[in-house]
Amino acid sequence: MKNKFKLFLIDNAVVVVFVLLIAIAIPLAGMPGKYLLQEVLTRLGRNAFLVLALLLPIMAGMGLNFGMVLGAMAGQIGLIFVSSWSIRGIPGLVLAVILATPIAVLLGYVCGSVLNKAKGREMVTGYILAFFMNGIYQLLVLYAMGSLIPIGNPELLLSRGYGIRNVVDLIGVRQSLDKVLQLTVAGIKLPIATYLVIAAMCAFIVWFKRTKLGQDMRAVGQERAVSLASGIPVERTRIIAIIISTVLAAVGQIIFLQNLGTLNTYNSHEQTGMFSIAALLIGGASVRKASIPNVIVGVVLFHLMFIVSPMAGKNLIGSAQLGEFFRQFISYGVIALSLVLFAWKRQANEDASRASLRGGASKGGAA
Amino acid sequence: MSGVKAFVADFGLPRIIIAVFLLALFVIAPFVGVSLTSSFINVTARFGMNGIMVLAMVPMIQSGCGLNFGLPLGVIAGLLGATLGIEFGLTGIAGFGVATLITLTLGAIFGFGYGKLLNRVKGDEMMIATYVGFSSVMLMSMAWIVLPYKSPTMIWGFAGEGLRTTISVEGFWDKILSNFLAVRIGPEFVFPTGMVLVFAICVALVWFFLHLKTGTAMTAVGSNPVYARASGIDVNRMRLVSVVLSTMLGGFGILVYQQSFGFIQLYEGPFSMAFPAVAAILIGGASVNKANMVNVFVGTFLFQGILTMTPSVINSVIKADFSEVIRVIISNGMILYALTRKTKVAR
Repeated sequence: MKNKFKLFLIDNAVVVVFVLLIAIAIPLAGMPGKYLLQEVLTRLGRNAFLVLALLLPIMAGMGLNFGMVLGAMAGQIGLIFVSSWSIRGIPGLVLAVILATPIAVLLGYVCGSVLNKAKGREMVTGYILAFFMNGIYQLLVLYAMGSLIPIGNPELLLSRGYGIRNVVDLIGVRQSLDKVLQLTVAGIKLPIATYLVIAAMCAFIVWFKRTKLGQDMRAVGQERAVSLASGIPVERTRIIAIIISTVLAAVGQIIFLQNLGTLNTYNSHEQTGMFSIAALLIGGASVRKASIPNVIVGVVLFHLMFIVSPMAGKNLIGSAQLGEFFRQFISYGVIALSLVLFAWKRQANEDASRASLRGGASKGGAA
Repeated sequence: MSGVKAFVADFGLPRIIIAVFLLALFVIAPFVGVSLTSSFINVTARFGMNGIMVLAMVPMIQSGCGLNFGLPLGVIAGLLGATLGIEFGLTGIAGFGVATLITLTLGAIFGFGYGKLLNRVKGDEMMIATYVGFSSVMLMSMAWIVLPYKSPTMIWGFAGEGLRTTISVEGFWDKILSNFLAVRIGPEFVFPTGMVLVFAICVALVWFFLHLKTGTAMTAVGSNPVYARASGIDVNRMRLVSVVLSTMLGGFGILVYQQSFGFIQLYEGPFSMAFPAVAAILIGGASVNKANMVNVFVGTFLFQGILTMTPSVINSVIKADFSEVIRVIISNGMILYALTRKTKVAR
């Protein structure tokens, strides 16, 4: 009984802690409620799609897809081309998605194949792969673009004549999705079209889980050996999960950047992975289990934290820099905490099952 | 022929490529106007600077805790030691000695907690270590602002808050090891005998430790934890010892680095310390659960060699600064290779 309660607390610890933290930080920051609401609703539209991209690999038992950064890079490459050809509005966004998709499929295939060689340590491998690909991305964007790959618009290029500038102004596609169907309710702007895209994505994921492929993915996530024995192509299924995730991350990054309106060519994607993963985990997901409600709750809580912490830090200790460090600490810390809690629980379960095998000696022994 | 194949398979293709690449850089260097002597001296200096942090990887790899991405934790101990030493106003040998003592003590304490944590999350050490390292760097970033340091060399001059991002150790222990018994070669090149000697002593000590009873038990735990437990070794204790040792070495490593570099880098400085060290030991021939002293020497030399040689040589050849990109691709590519290789012991 006591054990059950403990497990429940461990299961939901992260959400509870964050609700408490935010409940303390909001009055400290002293921001008007309407402003907070507007910010959270905007950021929900901006970020939810990216976080949704993480769900399938978790279902396939591959943990948090740190390799989603690869998809974000693909999305950015699409946006760079669209900006260079000055294609505006929705056609620009659609073209960016069309350009990014094949790149994301290729990168996803590479990522999935690499992760298949590192079963059991997919996360750390995906994490390093993202760094590695970042090198290739820089090679492409900083050196090849404008020299080997023609870039139509010289304004995108560095003054030396090749390589993309650090900041690309996405003026052509800026908020073009958000503004297709924007409602204003009581002074708060709602990007309905973006929400519809996110809802469609949620529906797709729900539907996908019921397909044959989705069922296979779940089986692979549960038990690899049994799935293989029952005729599921395990490696192929895992690669497909990563490919879908990478493509979604590419689309998600495009949605994210059209809302922001500027692309930090060499930084935007680096933060994508960490922030999306932190958001999902704050929403109560774990390395093995994540759902659509986790995504929504996580994005809301994470961004509330993000908005209020610099002000709260400033009002509490008198240093905005401190608040900035605090929110980075939280992003890293929540990932660390959630990984620790999960591994801890798994090890406790293993120890418990081993102890029960030995005849129910509940404590001691198991090192 | 089969001998060559076996060698390639055993040593690993990426390592051979990297070694050949470095060799090519050294061969090309004189033709593009890069002085070979100065390159060599640079490599030696960086070799001494970074060696101990690479050495800090060995105990944890040997005990099966994997690559120590949590190195920033040790580095933080070193930063605290260094700043406290300066705060006390100690200079020269006394200053460096006190900084070392504080660093080792804090390193042991941090390492103990970190090791306890890693013992509870077996199998996920590397990812957790990465994020524990990162979050402790951010936690310390907050602390650097808040901690009541008073020494005027370290705090922001006016209207600022907390410690400076970089603190000069000039006047305290700048090059105290590097200049010890230093040999002057040519007009501007000095061979840092003392620093290289300290590195060699550390390597010898760790080598010796690994051949003691505890060290042997540690290696057994890393090679086969089940077998180790069956033969009566306390697995968790051995892992704990290795993590403490790694963290202490990491802390001392950054002190040696600072005295040669001349500056203490606070705030986000420790972020960038783990990856080069991890990449170096892997380039030297270590795998995720086996490492020895030769790996440390070879790896540090190869990795630092490439870091030193690429900017100067590549820039002179093609007039574009590829070096940063090459560094990113080589170091992460090497880590990726090690992670995806089938290790002999299934974990």
